Amino acid sequence: MPVQVRIPTPLRKFTGNSEEVSADGATVGNVVEDLERQYSGIKERLCDDDGKVRRFVNIYVNGDDIRFLSNLDTALKDGDEISIVPAIAGG
Amino acid sequence: MGHVIGLRCHECGSKYEQQAVHVCEECFGPLEVEYDYDAIKRTLTRERIESGPANLWRYRDLLPVEGEPAIGPHSGLTPLVRADRLARQLGVRELYVKDDSVNHPTFSYKDRVVPVALAKAVELGFTTVACASTGNLANSVSAHATKAGLDCYIFIPDNLERGKVLGSAIYAPKLVAVRGNYDDVNRLCSEIADKYGWAFVNINLRPYYTEGAKTYAYEIAEQLGWRLPQHVVVPTAGGTILPKLALAFDELLELGLVEGERPKIYTAQAAGSAPVVTALHAGSDTITPVKPDTIAKSIAIGDPADGFYVLEAVRRSGGWGEAASDPEIVEAIKLLARSEGIFTEPAGGVTLAATRKLIEQGRIPADESIAVCITGNGYKTVEAVADEVEKGHVIDARLADFDDLHRGLNSRESQEKVAEKTIAS
Repeated sequence: MPVQVRIPTPLRKFTGNSEEVSADGATVGNVVEDLERQYSGIKERLCDDDGKVRRFVNIYVNGDDIRFLSNLDTALKDGDEISIVPAIAGG
Repeated sequence: MGHVIGLRCHECGSKYEQQAVHVCEECFGPLEVEYDYDAIKRTLTRERIESGPANLWRYRDLLPVEGEPAIGPHSGLTPLVRADRLARQLGVRELYVKDDSVNHPTFSYKDRVVPVALAKAVELGFTTVACASTGNLANSVSAHATKAGLDCYIFIPDNLERGKVLGSAIYAPKLVAVRGNYDDVNRLCSEIADKYGWAFVNINLRPYYTEGAKTYAYEIAEQLGWRLPQHVVVPTAGGTILPKLALAFDELLELGLVEGERPKIYTAQAAGSAPVVTALHAGSDTITPVKPDTIAKSIAIGDPADGFYVLEAVRRSGGWGEAASDPEIVEAIKLLARSEGIFTEPAGGVTLAATRKLIEQGRIPADESIAVCITGNGYKTVEAVADEVEKGHVIDARLADFDDLHRGLNSRESQEKVAEKTIAS
């Protein structure tokens, strides 16, 4: 599934400063793999050595936190929007 | 002169110059301010602090600002109330309320973090400041930004209490209510911060903002006569305060400004938004986010960014944590008002209700010193207790009417006293 992925500032050096990129995959995990194919090194920033999403990284599909969905197994459909957002302090 | 070396990643230790960034490019860990503690140790004394201004800037040697801070000249240094009447009700010996419900100018703990963040924003050359907020931060940023002549954008969830919304709107910031909860607002603001390049107090200024929370602990120690309490109970939302309190107590000990044992620290959360307490009780390191559902809206954060550090600090201190249901929160608000004359918002009710449970469980021993952190003001959230307090009596302007009422009240009071004595015996 082709989807759009919003890239936060700390990761834009991987994407040539692009704020939004296209990627492909049936699940969020597949999209992360596709991002890694396109922008080598980016996966290590998102996932720890066990392949789990890092503690300070939040991933959203159409605004919903994937931890409320099926984490990296969350299924995607055409045109879904994925956001990668660093954790934020309270207020 | 400030004593800041730069920023450092809490996770991987990568170093950065002072700038408006909050996330490590290497590992996404949070960035923190790094100080030259050797230099601080050479000059900082109790006397130097005591001769400083009567506001949070008396601790500026331990805050990340250069030059003369011009923001928040009346913020901080809130009362530490010896709460003997409340102590009797809870069956403990030595109890203090650190009362940020009367912090200047917007009546919450946020008036100690915002001056630090905005002073830094000005120092870094920003002219527009912004925040994502559950209300108190919005109020504080709005007021301080107005006074400092800064442009101000405020983002809040669309379901906040009237008082919290008005408490920002009155200062005429650009106020944006976002449909959703605080975690939704936060996600949006992270993307706005990226795109617009403003100084977001709790996003790209977070390393500086959170440093202001340390003053809460410095003040408790100084106001106790440079002594540490044995137990401190702190509310947890995003998780900023508690780890910074722990850090501040460590700094005071390390710098020789106080002696003795590090306090045990306890986290308090609303039962309807308790991901940290849940993880603590389960012995887990993983904070599973929740969708908040509680009257304690100011601390209704289901995905606490610093939740892991709260767990770490609580465990390291030997403390614990508890959650409070909505009815327990309301009871505790009334208890604090009717024992100590302090009207707090639901977050304060959460903290006191959790304190009560921890005492009842024997987690906090009755004969040791306890400080309860009250972080917000009840006059902003009257909805939370509006249906839970007596409405008062309405009479005509005739003395005879009052005489009747007075007789009725007296006889009811004496009946209640008889009933109390019967129960007590």
